[in-house]
Amino acid sequence: MNISKPHTMTLSPAISTVRELETRTLTTLNKRVEENRLEFLPVKMAAVNLSVYYGKFQALNRITMDIPENKITALIGPSGCGKSTLLRAFNRMNDLVKGCCVEGQVVLNGKNIYDPDVDVVDIRQRVGMVFQRPNPFPMSVFDNVAYGPRLYGIRKKRILAEIVEHSLRQAALWDEVSDKLNQSGLALSGGQQQRLCIARAIAVEPAVILMDEPAAALDPISTLKIEALMESLKENYTIIIVTHNMQQAARISDFTAFLMIDESRSGTLVEFNATDKMFTNPDDEQTEAYITGRFG
Amino acid sequence: MPRQTLDREIHHLQDEVLLLGSMVEQAMLNAIDALKRRDTAAAKRVYNDDELINEKRYAIENRVLILFATQQPIAHDLRLLAAIMEVITELERMGDYAKGIAKITLKIGDDETPIPIREISRMGDLAVGMLHRALSAFIAEDVNMAHRIPQEDDEIDELYNQVYRKNVAAMIANPEIIDHSNLIMWVVHNIERMADRVTNICERTIFIATGELIEIDDSDDEWDDDEDED
Repeated sequence: MNISKPHTMTLSPAISTVRELETRTLTTLNKRVEENRLEFLPVKMAAVNLSVYYGKFQALNRITMDIPENKITALIGPSGCGKSTLLRAFNRMNDLVKGCCVEGQVVLNGKNIYDPDVDVVDIRQRVGMVFQRPNPFPMSVFDNVAYGPRLYGIRKKRILAEIVEHSLRQAALWDEVSDKLNQSGLALSGGQQQRLCIARAIAVEPAVILMDEPAAALDPISTLKIEALMESLKENYTIIIVTHNMQQAARISDFTAFLMIDESRSGTLVEFNATDKMFTNPDDEQTEAYITGRFG
Repeated sequence: MPRQTLDREIHHLQDEVLLLGSMVEQAMLNAIDALKRRDTAAAKRVYNDDELINEKRYAIENRVLILFATQQPIAHDLRLLAAIMEVITELERMGDYAKGIAKITLKIGDDETPIPIREISRMGDLAVGMLHRALSAFIAEDVNMAHRIPQEDDEIDELYNQVYRKNVAAMIANPEIIDHSNLIMWVVHNIERMADRVTNICERTIFIATGELIEIDDSDDEWDDDEDED
C-alpha cells in the first residue's frame, strides 16, 4: 500500500506525554464508569482532540473519546455526522483518501497511530475492518481467510489450515463451510459472506475490529447472527461499530457515542455514555431528540 | 415531526390515565357519600362499577404493550410509558379501596351505630385532592409538585389517629360495637392507603422527568404490604 499523504499532528497542549495521556483517558473513563456503576474498564483505544479534514472541509471537530477494551462501542448519528470518518480514522483508512488530513491523536495501547514511525500496515493488522457490503475476494473460502496470514509471511500449510479453521469457528461459519473450503467465497449467501469477511479480519489476530454497518445489507436472521457473533467476539476483541439502526446499537453495544454536525458542519461528539444509560436516560437533549426520532 | 404516531398515542394514553384517575376519584367520593347516607343502592353501584375501572386499566396496559412492540420507545418515551404501567396499577388498586368501602357500607346496612363521618369525609376529600394534583403533576412532569404532594398526607394520618382513638374509646365503653368499629377502621385504613399510593405516583413523575427511581421519604412503609388485598 502506498501511503504518501503526510498528516499534520498536534499534541493537545495540556498533554505532554503519551503516558500522561493514557493515565488521563483512564481516569476520565473510570469516573464515568463509576457513575454508571460498571466495573473497572481498561481503555484499548482513544481519540484525543481528533480532527479530520478533507481538503478545506473539516469533517470531524476535535473528537475525544475512549474505547474500552473487550467492549462493543457503537457510533451513532445522522448521515454526514462523520461517524464513518471517525471509524476509518481508527485504522488510518482515511490515509487512502486524497486530500485527507488528520490532526490530534488516535492512541492504541498508549501509542499514537499517526506518529511518523508507525507502520500503517502494522496498524491495519492490529485494527481490522469489516464493511457494509460483504466483500470476499474472488477466491476460495480458504484463501480468503488465509490471505492476511500469508501476507504476514505464514507459509506452512498446517499452520494456515489451523488459522483458517480457528477463524471460521470464531466467526461462527465453520460448520456451514467446512466441506466447501475450496469453493469460491462469492458462492456463499450474503450473511455467510459477511461472516467470511469477519473470519478474514480476525485471521490476522487484530486487537480491535471496526465494523461499518456490518448488517445493513443483510436480512433479519443474518443480522441477528452477526449480532450474536459480535457478542461472542468481544471476549477476545475490542469492537467499534457504526450503525444507522438505533435498536441494533441498543441491543449489542456496551457504550454508545452520539455524533452530530455542529454550526460549521463538522462532526462533533455530543455524548458518550454507557448504552444502558444512553437509551433510557441520555444526558444530552440533542441525544434524546435523535434517539427518540424527533429529529435527524 | 417524524414520530407522529408515537406522539399521538402517548397523548391519547395520558388522556386515558386522567380518565381512569377521575373514575377512581369519583368512586372514592361516591363510596364515602354512600357510607355517609347509608345508601346501600349507591354502595352497590360503586361496588359493581369497579369492574369498569379494572377494564379501563387493562385497556391502557394493552395499548402500552402494543406501543412497546411496534414503536420501540426509548429514553423519555420509554420512561413515560413504563411509568404509565405503574400508575394505572396504583389507580386500579385505589379503585379497590373504594370498592372495599362500598362493601363495608353494604355490611353495615341499616345498623345505626354512629360513624365518625366528618373525619372520614375530610380524609376522603384530602386523599382525592392529592390524587387529582398528583395526576396533574404526572402529566405536566412537574417534579417540584411531585415532591410536595406526599407531604400533604400528614393531615390524613392525623385524622386516622383521631378515628382510631375515638373507636377504641367507643369499643371500651360498649364492646357490642367492636365489629362495627372494626369495619370503620377498615374504611379509614383504605383512605389512608390511597394517599400512600398517591406518593407512588409522585415517585413515577420524578422518574419520568429525571430518570431516577427514588422513594419519597413521606411514604408510609410500615403499611406498605399487601394485607389490604380486597
